[in-house]
Amino acid sequence: MRRTFVGAAVAVLLAATSANAQQTIKIGVVMSFSGQFADPGAQIDGGIKLYMKQHGDMVAGKKIEIIRKDSGGIAPDVAKRLSQEVIVREGATILAGYDLTPNALAAADVSAQAKTFMVNMNAATSVITTKSPYMARTSFTVWAVNESLGAWAYKSGVRKVYTLVSDFGPGWDGEAAFTKGFKDAGGEIIGSARYPVANLDFTAFIQRAKDANPDGIYIWVPGGPQPAAIGKAIAERGIDKSKVKVMGQGELTYEDALKSMGDAGLGLITAFHYDYNHQSAMNKAFVAAYNAEFKRNPDMFSAGGYDGMHLIYESLKKTNGSTDGDALIAAAKGMKWESPRGPMMIDPETRDVVQTVYIRRVEKVNGALVNVEFDKVENVKDPWKARQPK
Amino acid sequence: MIVSMFGVLFDGLAYGMLLFLLSVGLSVTLGMMNFVNLAHCTFGMIGGYVTVTLMNSMGWPFLATLPAAFLVAAAASVVFERTMFRRLYRSTDLDQCLLTIGLVFVSVASAAWLYGTIQQPVNLPSYLRGSYNVMGVTIGVYRLFLIGMSIVITVALVGALEYTRFGAQVRAAVDNQRMARGLGINVDGAFAVTFALGSGLAGLGGALAIDIVGLDPSFALAYLVYVLIVVSVGGLGSIAGSLVAAIVLGISDMAGKYYFPEIGSFLIYLVMLSLLMWRPVGLFGKR
Repeated sequence: MRRTFVGAAVAVLLAATSANAQQTIKIGVVMSFSGQFADPGAQIDGGIKLYMKQHGDMVAGKKIEIIRKDSGGIAPDVAKRLSQEVIVREGATILAGYDLTPNALAAADVSAQAKTFMVNMNAATSVITTKSPYMARTSFTVWAVNESLGAWAYKSGVRKVYTLVSDFGPGWDGEAAFTKGFKDAGGEIIGSARYPVANLDFTAFIQRAKDANPDGIYIWVPGGPQPAAIGKAIAERGIDKSKVKVMGQGELTYEDALKSMGDAGLGLITAFHYDYNHQSAMNKAFVAAYNAEFKRNPDMFSAGGYDGMHLIYESLKKTNGSTDGDALIAAAKGMKWESPRGPMMIDPETRDVVQTVYIRRVEKVNGALVNVEFDKVENVKDPWKARQPK
Repeated sequence: MIVSMFGVLFDGLAYGMLLFLLSVGLSVTLGMMNFVNLAHCTFGMIGGYVTVTLMNSMGWPFLATLPAAFLVAAAASVVFERTMFRRLYRSTDLDQCLLTIGLVFVSVASAAWLYGTIQQPVNLPSYLRGSYNVMGVTIGVYRLFLIGMSIVITVALVGALEYTRFGAQVRAAVDNQRMARGLGINVDGAFAVTFALGSGLAGLGGALAIDIVGLDPSFALAYLVYVLIVVSVGGLGSIAGSLVAAIVLGISDMAGKYYFPEIGSFLIYLVMLSLLMWRPVGLFGKR
């Protein structure tokens, strides 16, 4: 009698929890909420929050719950452990976030083994998406942006380029990608240097680039203090940007860097997939809503978070709320939508992002320095993956 | 070739002067009290944030913020010295290192909390921007200003140490602390003042450094290595030593990055190694 009663109670409890589990979809968001990369983390999270505020937390009849986990910076072991914990202990069925390449690479194993849908909202190294068949990316790849920039540079009349990149993985990628795009078009690299990751003063490097007498200088620099230091050194060395095109990936002229550079930043050319100054009705509304919520402009991190949530919501709608990894990634493949950054798509083959790369120049508009788009390359796929043996 | 050499010398000199301002205080206090203050660059960072805050929130002109950066950093250092550092003067090096490196982490976290991890912008007045072209050599106006500023400070410092009664007390305390105490010199008092002065100079250096290297919460750590190199190469307690070491290191860093960019970042360490093997106590060190 008693045994029957306990059995029934257990059965009722189990039924209750599974019914509850069916109604809530937990998304484990793993990225840096503290430490050196706390600010990018906050911006990605801003994109996530804004999307959920605008679109509600109910999708296909299920409630969406975000579980935030702080990987605290470059810590692949921590990111992997947190991704595991959030699935096993807290019952998350979707992974998202991932600000840094090492962390995303480590967590990809978890996604692959647990067959869990994973949305990489930022980490930009090409190879990451190949590590789990359940991963899609909503940011960009260094190869896509910089190879496009290299080809564009030749098209715009630049023939001899000096490259200067940060001496670590993404910097080498940027250098290789720009060089490939530029050389394939017919250009010549007349010199190159890699500066130490923790370099402080850039005068010597910029002077060397100037003395090589190029008609273009390509720079790859991560966000942080260095873009402003480089921008100022270029202006101080007296490099005439109307004769020598100074080009780089979007971080070179991100919002805070331009504030620090002041007028020294005028004329810098960058290639990127998103800027708050992108001119479209949708982006204007996005920027206004973002400012209302967080009192600052969104950036590429916010766009990655916002579009990442869009991908999750739309995929869940297609699967009718099923969180099965195979079903979700099948739903995500080939998905197209209009984002604040412009048209974007998830490549059905590589699950990587396909989008427009904008070529921008720093100009003064209404007294403020902004990146003004003046050219673009549409539908850019990650070229690195396209070249890998299938 | 000759032209580029002059350019490298000039830029290296300016960079060295910046390192000198940041490190001279540590050299003197380390030589005087044997107190290992790894938090020295924290005062540099405080100076930097003072300048940024005054300029961007209160609209002060850049030059007017420099004395404020000096004073606030000096005042902050007095508080630290009176409440924490002085308890550890007779402790082991390890205890001092642990306390001060702990302070560095606390200051990095505090700065991140107060100002965020983002870069702080500083816009120099137009008369400090741009560059002259003198016979093919690019002379940055701001770098010229840095050099001028450092020369004035060096002359003032050397003058104060060589020709004033206070300076004589400090020198006596550096040379032989027990003897100086025996003669009735208030070594602790002299040290407190020197400590504040040195930290103030670091604050000034921090404020001046923003335009060249930027300012974010990692400043307190990023410069620590350079400052320690300058102090060890120059020799403890020697202003002239710090000056020469800072210039040598500034120029070799610049030249390394210009002529051999592949190994540029290592050259400064090679120079340090060879100088220290030649003179283990530093160029002008006495012990």
